[in-house]
Amino acid sequence: MKLELQKLNVKSLKFGDKTGFSDGVLAINKAELIALISEDPMLGKNIDADIAMPGESVRIMPVKDVIEPRWKIEGKGQVFPGMLSDVETVGEGKTLVLSGCAVLTAGKLVRFQEGIIDMSGPGADYTPYSKTCNVVLILEPSDPNMDKHDYETACRMAGLKAAAYLAKSCSGLQADSTEVYEMPKIRDAMNSYPELPKVGYIYMLQTQGLLHDTYLYGVDVKRILPTLISPLEVMDGAIVSGNCVSACDKNSTYSHLNNPVISDMLKRHGKDFNFVACIVTNENVTLADKRRSSSYATKLAAMLGLDGVVITEEGFGNPDADLIMNCRKSEQLGIKTALLTDEYAGQDGASQSLADSCPEGDACVTAGNANEVIKLPAMKKVIGYQEEANVIAGGWQGSLSDDGSITVELQAITGATSELGYTKLGAYTL
Amino acid sequence: MAFRIVHYINQFYAGIGGEEKADYKPEIRTGVVGPGMAFKGALKGEAEIVATVICGDSYFASNMDEAASAIIDMIREYKPDAFIAGPAFNAGRYGTACGAMCEAVSKEFGIPVISGMYPENPGVEMYRKHAWIVETPDSAAGMRKAVPAMAKLVLKLLKGEAVGRPSDEGYIERGIRKNMFYEKLAAERCVDMFVSKLKGETFETEYKMPVFDRVDPQPAVKDMKNAVIALVTSGGICPKGNPDHIEASSASKFGEYDITGVNDLTSETYCTAHGGYDATYADQDADRVLPVDVLRDLEKEGVIGKLHNKFYTTVGNGTSVANAKRFGAEIVNRLVNDGVTAVILTST
Amino acid sequence: MCTIVPISQTVGANRIVPTIAIPHPLGNPSKTPEEEKILRRSLVERALKALQTEITEQTVFTE
Repeated sequence: MKLELQKLNVKSLKFGDKTGFSDGVLAINKAELIALISEDPMLGKNIDADIAMPGESVRIMPVKDVIEPRWKIEGKGQVFPGMLSDVETVGEGKTLVLSGCAVLTAGKLVRFQEGIIDMSGPGADYTPYSKTCNVVLILEPSDPNMDKHDYETACRMAGLKAAAYLAKSCSGLQADSTEVYEMPKIRDAMNSYPELPKVGYIYMLQTQGLLHDTYLYGVDVKRILPTLISPLEVMDGAIVSGNCVSACDKNSTYSHLNNPVISDMLKRHGKDFNFVACIVTNENVTLADKRRSSSYATKLAAMLGLDGVVITEEGFGNPDADLIMNCRKSEQLGIKTALLTDEYAGQDGASQSLADSCPEGDACVTAGNANEVIKLPAMKKVIGYQEEANVIAGGWQGSLSDDGSITVELQAITGATSELGYTKLGAYTL
Repeated sequence: MAFRIVHYINQFYAGIGGEEKADYKPEIRTGVVGPGMAFKGALKGEAEIVATVICGDSYFASNMDEAASAIIDMIREYKPDAFIAGPAFNAGRYGTACGAMCEAVSKEFGIPVISGMYPENPGVEMYRKHAWIVETPDSAAGMRKAVPAMAKLVLKLLKGEAVGRPSDEGYIERGIRKNMFYEKLAAERCVDMFVSKLKGETFETEYKMPVFDRVDPQPAVKDMKNAVIALVTSGGICPKGNPDHIEASSASKFGEYDITGVNDLTSETYCTAHGGYDATYADQDADRVLPVDVLRDLEKEGVIGKLHNKFYTTVGNGTSVANAKRFGAEIVNRLVNDGVTAVILTST
Repeated sequence: MCTIVPISQTVGANRIVPTIAIPHPLGNPSKTPEEEKILRRSLVERALKALQTEITEQTVFTE
C-alpha cells in the first residue's frame, strides 16, 4: 500500500471569484461554498462563512470540529469514505492536501462540549488551530427545535463537504511538497527487521452518543469490534470525528488526518522498532462493551505477536477505564505499553488526574491538566456566539466578563490537551 | 524595597525553653528571633523578616484552630509578602504546627508559604499540598543547609519566578500538577518513552498512576421499613433549566432540590446539566439516572419508610476529587441533620 | 449504583450495584416504558438489598 500526499502550502486566504490556489493564497468563492453547504435542508438560511488568520484578534466559538481540506486525485475511493463518498477502501494513490489550512465548523451550539479558538493572545498558544489559515462555517439548524442528533450530523457533513470542496477546487496544480508513505503487507512486515521489536498502535476512539461519536468508513465506531486499519487509510479520512468530548481532548478530524503518533511511529519504523499494525477500538458506555473491546483489541495485538503498543485515549473519566483495561490486558499478554492521556487534576492541580489506575501503567505521557484556568482577553472580532462560554464544558456562569474577556479551564479550548499528542503541553509534579 | 516576611518558630528556637515551656501561648515580636538571624543573611537584603511569631508546640497542638486564628490576627498588621515557618527538621509537633500555619496563612492572605522539614516529619504528609516544604536533615545540626535552601525558594516565589521540579529546587514533592510546554509534542514524548521501555532503558513516566482513599464500610441498614432513603447523584439531574447553573464539567457546586410531592421525573420538569455523556436519554426521562419514580412506589408499598424530600446532585464530569470530597462532606452533614438513614448514589 | 464498576472499585466505593449504561444507568431506552420501570425497580431493589447486607470489604452486588 502506497500513498502520496501532495501538499499545497496555504499561507493566506481570501474570498474571490473563483475557488483555487495560487502563490500560497487560497481564494474562496464564498457564494459557491455557502450554496454547497446550504443544499442540506437540515441547515438554516443564515449560514455564513468567514476567514480567520493566525495572529488576528479573532475568537471563534463554539467550534465543533476542525477538518483539513484533502481530495484524492489518484487511486481508489475518495476522502472521508462512507461519509462523503462511497465506502471504497482508501489509502492508496495520491491525495491533495491544503496544508496549513483548516475548515472550522462553528455556529449555534449542539451541546456543551464545543470549544474556543483564539487566533492570537494567550489562548492561541494552547490550540494548534490558531496556527492554521481557517475557513470558518457559521451554521444553524433550519428548525430551532430540530433533534440534536440531526443538527450534529448536518454540521459534521457541512465541514467535510467544505473541506473536500476546497481541496478539489485546487487539484491539477504542482504540489509544493510531496510525502510518500508505504505500508507493506502484514506477511512482509512480519519478515522485515527481525532484530527489531514488532509494535503496534491501539487507537482508542470516543463512542458514547451525541457529540461523543466517531466514524470509521461511515460506521458508528461504537458498533464495531476492534479492527485493523492501515495508517494510510487514516490519512485519507477513514476516521471522522463526530464528537467534542470536551473541546480540549476531542480528537478533531484534522488531528486524525495528521495523527502525530502515527507519523512519529512511521518516522521511527525500521530504526527503533518494526511498526506492524494499527488497531482501532472504541470506548463504549456499558461495562460489557468496555471489557469486550479491550479484550478483543489486545487479543489482536497478541495474535500479531506484537512486543509493544502505544495506546492513546480520547476523552476522560469513564474512558480512563478503557485505557486502563487496554493497558493491563496488554501487559498481561506480555505486550509492553506506553500511554497517552490528559489530566483532570482540579483547578489547583492537587487531585488525582485519572479516574482509574493500574500499576502496569508505568509509562504514561500526558498532554496537560485540562482543569487549569486561563484568562482569554477580549478579541476585536468574534465569529460565532461568545455567550456560550458560560455553559460550555470548562466554563461556568460568569466565565464571560462584560469587557469581553473569558475565564475558563483549558478544557474549553479546542485541541488544548490533545490525546493524540498534537500539542507540546504537558504537566509535571510540583 | 525589600519584600516583607513573617517568620514562625516554636518556644525552643525562640530560646524560651524546651518541653517544660511547650505550652507557651502565641506572641509576635517585631524583627528577627533565633533562626531568623540566619535567614537575614541568606535573604541578601532582597527580603526582610519584619516580625517573628513564637508559639509553644503543645499549646498549638491542643488549641490548633484558636492558635491559628490568633496568629493570623497578629500577622495581619505586618502586611507580609511571604510566610516562613521553621525549619522544623524531624520535630513532629513543630512540623505539624508549621504546616498548619502555612495552610492558614496561605488561605487568609494568599501569599507564598514555606517551611523546611525532614521527609519523615508527619507535617510533610499532612501539609505538603498546602505549602512548599524544603527537604532538610533530621536535626537542627542541618540548619546551615536548610536556611539557604529555604531562602532561595522563598525569593523565587516572591519574585514570581517559575518553580522547577522538586529535585531541582530541593523541596518535597507536593503532588500538585502544573502545566508546562515541553520541547516536543506529547506524541513524540510518548513514542520516546515507549522506545525506552521496549529497550529496557530507564525512563521517567510523566504521571505516576493515582491512588485513592479508602473508607470502612458502614454497617447494614437493619430496619428498611422505617428507613429514610435519600438520593444523591453525580449524573447532573436538576430541575429543567439548571437554575443554579451547575457547570457542565468541572463542577464547583452541588444542587439541593425539593421533591416533596414529585412522583415521577419528566422531560418537562427535569434534565441533566452533565456535559460528559449523551444527555438524550436523561433529558427524556431523568428517572433513568435518579430513580424517583421507583422509590416513590417502594415508599407507598412500605418497602422503605420514606424517600427523603430533597435530592442532591452534581456533575461528575471532569470534577476534581477535591471538589467531590468537599461536596460529599457537606451533603452528608445535611443528610445526617435531616435524619436520613441511608443513601443511594447513582453515577453516570 | 454505577455502570463502570472498575472505576468504583478503584476510587473505593464499598457497596457497588452494576447498572445498565453510562447515559442511562437505571433505564434502557430500547425497552417500553413499562419494561424499563420493571428493570429500574429490580436495580433499586438490589441497592436496598446491598444496604441491608453486612460487608467487610468492597462488594459488587450482581444479584
